[in-house]
Amino acid sequence: MIAIRLNRLLLFLIVLVCCMSNYSASAQSFTVYDSMPQLESRIENAKDTTLVINFWATWCKPCIEELPCFEELRERYIGQNVLVILVSLDFKSQLEKKFIPFLKERQFKSEVALLADQDANTWIPKISAEWDGAIPATVIIKGQQRKFNLGKFANFTELETFVRPFLADVSALKDISEYPCLTGK
Amino acid sequence: MKKTVFPSLLLAGVFLLFGSATSPCGYAVGDQAEDFSLKSVNNKTVSLADFKDALGYIVVFTCNHCPYAQLYEQRIIDLHNKYAPKGFPVIAINPNSPLIVEEDSFEEMQKRSKAYKYPFEYLFDEEQTVYPKFGATRTPHVFLLDRNLIIRYIGAIDDNPETPRSAKNRWVEKAVEAMLRGEKPNPDFTRAVGCTVKKKPDAAPVPVTAEKPANEGGHRP
Repeated sequence: MIAIRLNRLLLFLIVLVCCMSNYSASAQSFTVYDSMPQLESRIENAKDTTLVINFWATWCKPCIEELPCFEELRERYIGQNVLVILVSLDFKSQLEKKFIPFLKERQFKSEVALLADQDANTWIPKISAEWDGAIPATVIIKGQQRKFNLGKFANFTELETFVRPFLADVSALKDISEYPCLTGK
Repeated sequence: MKKTVFPSLLLAGVFLLFGSATSPCGYAVGDQAEDFSLKSVNNKTVSLADFKDALGYIVVFTCNHCPYAQLYEQRIIDLHNKYAPKGFPVIAINPNSPLIVEEDSFEEMQKRSKAYKYPFEYLFDEEQTVYPKFGATRTPHVFLLDRNLIIRYIGAIDDNPETPRSAKNRWVEKAVEAMLRGEKPNPDFTRAVGCTVKKKPDAAPVPVTAEKPANEGGHRP
């Protein structure tokens, strides 16, 4: 058991060092995952943290509209062991031209990544069997539990309602209130 | 301790998996599709039944604005040019509401089909009644039908949106070739990244009109 864990850790470290590229777009850093197993390692490494992973792209209008909601979620749930990861499906070839300028403009506080695995037919079902690839899409992962949502959350309340069942201590949270995703930049 | 905790965790997991699942609607492979009548960019009403000599249909939900649809535009044209003479025409349908994306309006469809010389019918699902029946969720999204309108393949055109020449699997071509040989496509279902179908906003609640009886006993909404 321990040996397996160590092996996994070693594999994770190797993958981390060899294959992934970390960028910094003037204070906005992000990671490029060239293949799904790299993102899976990141997920595994999160252990008991509640991961809220949103799949988006700079070319996807509804995705851009709901990004402020995820930023708000990160902000409100600090201390709740929640980690928001914004995984872009932009093309790697557009990194300099589109992706980095967009990050520079927005300056996200959430963790940002770009998944460049082109074999979507293979990696999409690894996120959720319910997903056929349309974005925006969001998955919550906590250990072995997963919950998937296709499409844009209409407002912050909808996103919050989606996430709440995964939180250990809901009583410590503020009241749910209306927060349209379109506000803020 | 572990032994007692584990099954309940498992149960919770199962509940999360199925309890909250929003199962995708629409046709599955093997289902028979219903024919439709939609307006084409040439202002004609087009149905599948109009293609008298067709051996099958390559129905592609696509649109003007989506970068993925644009990346696949030439490949959709090529599919039609290659397979329409063999009895498998492309029928393209724009499922998007121009209320959400202006660029997907009927006028823009006409402009785009003219500019890129679409050789196939480009139809507008203006009432958004056709795409939900198919279960199209994204653009582009392909449904391959045989002459009896049985769905034989659902999914992507190929496995490389950005570089057509580097595609390892040209799924739709492979599926049509299989059907031409009288075989079942394999695979018959694939996934791909794409833009969500843009559903028009839900109808606004009917406003209270002056026709309501004036004396309702003092109750006001």
